[in-house]
Formats: sequence, C-alpha cells, structure tokens
Amino acid sequence: MAFTAMVGARIRRREDPRLITGRATYTDDVRLVGTVYAAFVRSPYAHAKIRSVDLGPALAHPAVVAAYSGHDLHHAHGLKTSLPVAHKMPDLLTPPHYLLAFDEVRVVGEAVAIVIAKTQYAARDAAELVEVAYDELPVVVDPLLAMVGPPYVHESLGTNVAFRMPLRAGDPDRAFAEADEIIKQRIVNQRLAPVPIEPRSMISSWDEGMQQLTLYSATQIPHLLRTQLSIVLGLPENHIRTIAPEVGGGFGAKLNVYAEEAVIGWASMQLERPVKYVETRSECFQAMIHGRDQVDDLEIACTKDGTITGLRLRIVGNLGAYHQLLTPVVPTLTLLMALGCYRIANLDAEVVGVFTNTMSTDAYRGAGRPEATFFIERAIDMVAQRLGLDPVEVRRKNFIASTSFPHTMPTGLTYDSGDYETTMDKALKIVDYAGLRARQAALRKEGRYLGIGLSTYVEVCGMGPSAAMAAGGWDSATIRIEPTGSITVLTGISPHGQGQETTFAQIVADELGVPIDHVSIIHGDTDKVQYGIGTFGSRGTAVGGAALKLAIETIQAKAITIAAHQWEANPDDLEYREGKIGVKGDPSKSMTTAEAGFLAFMGDHLPPGLEPGLDATRRFEPPNFVFPFGTHVCVVEVDARTGEVKVEKYLAVDDCGPLINPMIVEGQVHGGIAQGMAQALFEEVVYDERGQLITGTLMDYAIPHAEQLPHFQLDHTVTPTTVNPLGIKGVGEAGTIGSTPAVVNAVIDALAPFGVVHIDMPLRPEKLWSAMHGASNGVTR
Amino acid sequence: MNVDLTVNGETAVLDVEPRLLLVHALRDNLGLTGTHVGCDTSSCGACTVLLDGVSVKSCTVFAVQASGHVVTTIEGIGDADELHPMQEAFWSSHGLQCGYCTTGMIVSAVDLLQRNPDPSDDEIRAGLEGNLCRCTGYENIVTAVRAAGRAMRDGAARHSVRELMPLHGPTLEPPPSGEGIIPPQFQEAGR
Repeated sequence: MAFTAMVGARIRRREDPRLITGRATYTDDVRLVGTVYAAFVRSPYAHAKIRSVDLGPALAHPAVVAAYSGHDLHHAHGLKTSLPVAHKMPDLLTPPHYLLAFDEVRVVGEAVAIVIAKTQYAARDAAELVEVAYDELPVVVDPLLAMVGPPYVHESLGTNVAFRMPLRAGDPDRAFAEADEIIKQRIVNQRLAPVPIEPRSMISSWDEGMQQLTLYSATQIPHLLRTQLSIVLGLPENHIRTIAPEVGGGFGAKLNVYAEEAVIGWASMQLERPVKYVETRSECFQAMIHGRDQVDDLEIACTKDGTITGLRLRIVGNLGAYHQLLTPVVPTLTLLMALGCYRIANLDAEVVGVFTNTMSTDAYRGAGRPEATFFIERAIDMVAQRLGLDPVEVRRKNFIASTSFPHTMPTGLTYDSGDYETTMDKALKIVDYAGLRARQAALRKEGRYLGIGLSTYVEVCGMGPSAAMAAGGWDSATIRIEPTGSITVLTGISPHGQGQETTFAQIVADELGVPIDHVSIIHGDTDKVQYGIGTFGSRGTAVGGAALKLAIETIQAKAITIAAHQWEANPDDLEYREGKIGVKGDPSKSMTTAEAGFLAFMGDHLPPGLEPGLDATRRFEPPNFVFPFGTHVCVVEVDARTGEVKVEKYLAVDDCGPLINPMIVEGQVHGGIAQGMAQALFEEVVYDERGQLITGTLMDYAIPHAEQLPHFQLDHTVTPTTVNPLGIKGVGEAGTIGSTPAVVNAVIDALAPFGVVHIDMPLRPEKLWSAMHGASNGVTR
Repeated sequence: MNVDLTVNGETAVLDVEPRLLLVHALRDNLGLTGTHVGCDTSSCGACTVLLDGVSVKSCTVFAVQASGHVVTTIEGIGDADELHPMQEAFWSSHGLQCGYCTTGMIVSAVDLLQRNPDPSDDEIRAGLEGNLCRCTGYENIVTAVRAAGRAMRDGAARHSVRELMPLHGPTLEPPPSGEGIIPPQFQEAGR
C-alpha cells in the first residue's frame, strides 16, 4: 500500500448517518405510486396432496385485486416454474421446486397461492379466505430415518438421498488398526434460523412502455438474482433491474433466490403495477432458509502421546424438502474443512445429503465450516480427555507447522498461510491459562464448576476460485475519476452491514491521494453497477476489495502516462508516492489523480493514441481461497443447582491478515461470536415428528438478548495471504466458526468431574442439570 | 376512526381503521419509515418509539390508543443537523452494522438514560432486553450507551453530521498563482 493515512484507521462508518437518523431506505421503505400488497397462502401440512384450491372467496373480497394459485402459475405462458439450484455435482438429484406448489406440498409454510389487495391488512385478511383442500401424506423429519425411507419426500425419486460424496486420503484402515485409542462419537449440529432483524421484503414494478421489470429486494446477490429472474420469468436479462437497497442483515439467508421474488415479479407484470410483499416473522421462520442440521458420526484414531492418526467421518446433511440456491453445497464444505488446522494424514469420509419434510437448509453464517470446526475441535478435547492430556498440548502436537505453508491438505485444499501456535500462545498468555487451571482446581474443591474451553479454528473463505464455485467466484470494481475530482466507485459486492462504503473508500483515499469524502462507493443496483457476484462467504473485501485494488492500479498507470506526457518525461521515471504522481527521486514535482483525471476529461493534452477519460473496470479471479484462523478461549461456570451457564470470560485472538478498519473488523467478530455462542447455548429450530414447526416465532426461538451475552475481549495477530493483492483474509464468519466449540468445550470441561464427554447443543440448563444429576439420556460419558 | 396525534412536534389527524397499529400509522400514513417492523410478537423492539416520552413497541399499540398523545420517533430524536448524543455515540462506537434494529435500539436507550442517567454495563444490558440485535453481539451497543450517558451528563454540545463527517466541494481548485492544470474556461469568473 502506498501510504497508510486511512487504511488501518478506526474511522467512523460513512453509512451510519442515514442509519442512526432513520433516513435509510430499506425495501419496505420504498414507496411506489399505485402499489398493491401481496400475502401468500401457505401449507399447514408438512406433506400433503393438494386436492383443490378455491380462490373464489378471496377474489370476492372488495379490496382484492388478484389472486393466483400454483396451477395458474404452472400454466402461465413463458414462466419456468422451477427454482434454480447452483451446484457442480454430477449425480445430484434435483427434483422440481415450483414457485407455488400445485400438486403436492412438502414442507410446512410452502406457498400454494398468492392474494394481492389494495392494502397489506386486506391482503392478509383475504389470504385467510382461500380454501385449500389437502390429503395428508406420510412425513419424515429425521434425516437418519429419511436416509432409509420410505416415506419419500419426492415419491418419484424413490429415495430421500440426494447425493453421496466420499473422500478418502492416506491409509485410514492402517491408521485405525495401529491406533492406541479409538474414540467414537456422534455429534449433532442442530438446525438454526438465521433471523436477520429485517425479514424478507420485496417490491416489484413493471414498466409496460419500456418492457422493464424493477425488483427491489432485501438480497445479498442483486446480480445473481437478476440472472435467475431472467431464466425463471423468461425475460431478457437486460430488461430486468434488481436493486438491493439498505438490507437489514443477511447472514447467508439472503444469499438466495426465493420463489416469492419470482412470483412478485411475475405478478407485477400481470397487473402492470407495483406489488409489494413483506413477510411476517412467523413466515420468515417457516420459509426463509435454515442453517446447519447435520448428524456427524466420528471415529478418531490416536496414539498415546495425543497424535491424531486418522479420522473416519460420516456427515449426514438434512437438506430439507427442496434445494434452495446452495443447499447441497453446504455439507460438502464441512467435508472439505473436516481436518481443521491439524496434520491428520488419513481420512475416510462421506457426506450424505438427505431430503426431509422441513424447510431447506442453506448457507447460514459459516455455511458448513462451523459444523466441521465444531466436531474437530470437540474431537481434540475428547482425545485430551481420554488420554489425560491438556487440550492445549494435544492441539500443539497436531498443529500444521507455521513453516509448512502453503500447505496442501488431504482434503485437496491448499491452506494459504497460517501460524496457529503463535495465535494460541498469545491467547493463553492473555487469559493466564495456567492461572485459570489452578483456579479451576481450587473451585472444584468448593463444589463449583469452572470450565475452560479452547477453539483453534481455521476456516475457508474469500469465496472463491471460479473453478471451485457453483457460479463465478470472481468480483468486480469500477473506478471513475469525475471531472471535478470526485471519485466514484462501483463495486460488484453488495454489503448489508459490513461497512465497505467506508473501508473501500479508505483504500481509494490512500492509493489515489484524495480525502475520503471525495470517494463514493455505489453498490446493489444492477442498472448502475457492472456485474458482481455479491456479498457472502467472507468475500466482500478479499475478492471485491481485491478487484478494487486492481482497478486502482489501472487508474494509476494511466494517470502516470498522462502526467509523463504533460511533463515530457518517461512514464517509467514516474511513480505514485503518497497518493500523488511524482518523479522518482525528485520530490519537487507532483500531480494529483484529480488533475490527471481533469486532463483526461479535457482530452486535448493527452499522449497520442491514449483514450480520453480516467476510469477502469477490473475483475479479480481469486487463485485460491483464503484461510483465516484464530484461537478463542471461553471460561464458564456451570451452576450445579440450576444447570445455568455463566460465561465469565471470552477472548478471541483472530488472524484475518492486515486490518483496513480495526473497528469494523472487531464489530464483525463480536457479531460472529454472538451467533456462535447462541448456537452453543440457546438456539434450535424444532420440528415435531409431523413436521410442524415448534419454534415459529421469536417467542419460541431464542436469539440472545443483551443480558444473555458477555463482554467479548478481542486481540489479533497478522499473517497476510498471498492470494490477493491486499494480503487480507475475510472476517465475516470467523467469529461464528470459532466460538461455538470454544463455548461447548468450556461447558464440557466444567462437567468433566461428572464424567461427561459430550452433550449435544444447545446446552440449556435442564440438559446440564440432568447431566450433573446422573442422567444418561443425551449424555455421553 | 379519527386519530389525533402529535408526532415529532407536528400534529396530524388521521382517519384509520380501528385495528391499525401505531407503527403502520407512522410508516404508511405519515411516511416516517425510520421506525421498523422486525417481528409479530412484540419481541424485537425494532418498532420502539416514545409515547408521551416513554418507550413503547409501536407494533403493540393501536393508532387509536395513541390519539391525543405525543409520539417521538427516531426522526424526532435527532437529525443530520443536530444529532442526539445517543445517535452520535452509536456512530462513534460502531454500535450498529445493518442498522435495522438501530433506530428502535437508540429510542430504547434514550428512554433508559432518562430513567437511569448513569447505568452500569449490566444495567444497560438489562435495560435493553426488549430490543434484539443480530449483528453486533451488543458489545458496541453497550459501549455506545455508556458513552452517550457520559456525554449527556457532561452536557456535551450536539453535533451535526457535517461537523463530524464534512463533505468537500470539488477537489480541483485553481492554484493561487492561477497557473495550473485547470484551463481558464473552467475557472470561476471574477477570480
């Protein structure tokens, strides 16, 4: 980086003034003249034949404008009624996923009809009037039962297994034959709901004169959404504009193309007026994708000194009833990260993706990596417990050495850079690990149960090389130097809380030598911004920021050519110095980027053959993923009288490479830890055996309140990557990935005097109290 | 039914359905979209406003119940010209990410400090238990409320957004000598 006036600074976010004053425009705040409002009729059954849908009573409602059933859409001209799934798996079973169900429903909350009325209230009233007759079918919710079905979620497939993916490396049979100890454990990674505070919302309008569809949607992927809408609606892609205005949190749940988005778009074309749909929170719990939901069966082979020699693994991923955009990909990511940051040479693993009568699972913050990190970090602690070793020493013994990067894993991934031991040692020093262990021993004598848990995670992000992605993994940036010196940046990513309006401006300000307020970062509108892939998989800065850096380099090179002509100098003798063009070794002369931009605009003082204008569009194709890592330490006390967990201390030492704005990085980590801790202690989506969603509101699904979370202490180390020109790794998901096992390891450590080896999450008081009082159900001892 | 409201200092008379929720009256009838809806069970607090100076969840109040009363929404707490110290503290402490819960959170926090001007961290966390945030883990929200409490107790001046984050005019100004890159036709007349 040229110089670091802004990069590395804790500056206030430039997006905040509109957010803190209530002047931001989220999708539901978009007001279009003549808007009508939609409500969906959703199935109350988890699996049923639809015998009939009678829209008549709804259409008789005075405020109703239109109503459509699944049959209406299925027979609509030009409309493809099955939703896309993005994957590169040759043998994947992909049953149709209709925009509105017309013959059969396979999950509670599946939409069967849409009612559109002049007001939101009337639309909901009228949706209640639609009469749907169902014949119930057998239901399967448990993926282990579904694997060996019937009943089948999709009868025509004759199986619920959508795919199997094996992975074998080294000589696992020998490793297990020669092991001193073999530990077997089933680990359930429970289903979660993403719960962005803004539910899904969308408003679509159709311009009949221009034959143009405009869809505002709370999405993380406006361009991918446009492409899919084009395919589904049968409209040319250049007649569709998608806009992600302010988006109130995504966490992966808005990295999707939902049936509702296509139906609302189609309805606005039919009615030639804007149609708005904002889901209720209850609908959001039913029909927005869920996350996690795996049953992971592990066998760990190790020697007496704590060296792990082999891993056998079966991952059963509960896919839900249909594929959403990335549903089958998520459990395969778990397989790829199954070995964590450890040298485990021998692996015998398989992923099985299984349909059940539940909502689709898909990418939820971490998407497959939290599951892997959870079981491998639990496995390390189980090895330590079995062998009577300190979990710190088992980690140290099995870490990939800092000297061996880039490091190719038996899974096929090549970890870019890392220094796991330094990060762990820093964390142990900060918390005074030895002191904590001494205190734990002292407290146990008093009948108090302190637990100390570690997680030394590594994760894969900066998604990613196109060859390894379901759709392109690159991203884009355009920089325009405007005549008066303002700099406009169009980024292909679509931030929704991650703060790139600030961090990208910090980078541009330094590199092109302008005050930060001269830089505008524009995103989320397909009519303004060149194609981009979007914001997910901790890729915003690692990929989108890298594209920005390339565009800066192109601008700088052209600006140098312009200055060289002006000064009658050789461009090779010029350089960018502290954001300005200067002559190498001669501090007396300089030209700003703005001045070069003005010359480029005037066009009459340019070198022969050079095009006027100073702008650039560049795309960054990542040569590899990036692999941030860190050590989280959690200290808990479990109250033996109540089973309640009190988190006494939480420290995260993360390494995501250099920090552009430490304040924003910390915020990402805080939020990540909170979500990971919530999985460990509170959250769980529950369907009953008939497929009814038990946790369908915020009264039943426990996302944490402020007083349920502790203070988070943060620190970091800096290990740059060579994968991108900024040297940075992603940080959006690291906190979530690292925190869950740290918390659970701490709680299990607290319960060690009771002989507890494992308890499945969430670790609610009743489970822990029972475990401390001799229960065997659900407790591995 | 007629509803007579005073919202952010201005009076409004609305003709509404008896079942209309206050949050929808504010958002849809008055265009005050800074108040958000995040749930349907009064759990999330995104819709928090002040009713006669006390925080309420406006999704749990009928517009008719607010008739004759005074409502303050986030737009009335402070604006770009004069930020409320709580707004400035949320900004300075990075107490928000996606911003969706933020407006309700700020209104709740303002009410909290009215009741307890110098709360401990635990009191802040307990005081905000009616507002959910999914982005921040609450860490920087607690920091922000603490900072706002300090600023308010000290009687700190209110700032405008422009004071804290100025916007410059055009970058290119002719150099004093008049001899620069900008040609005369683009220079200000009379200079």
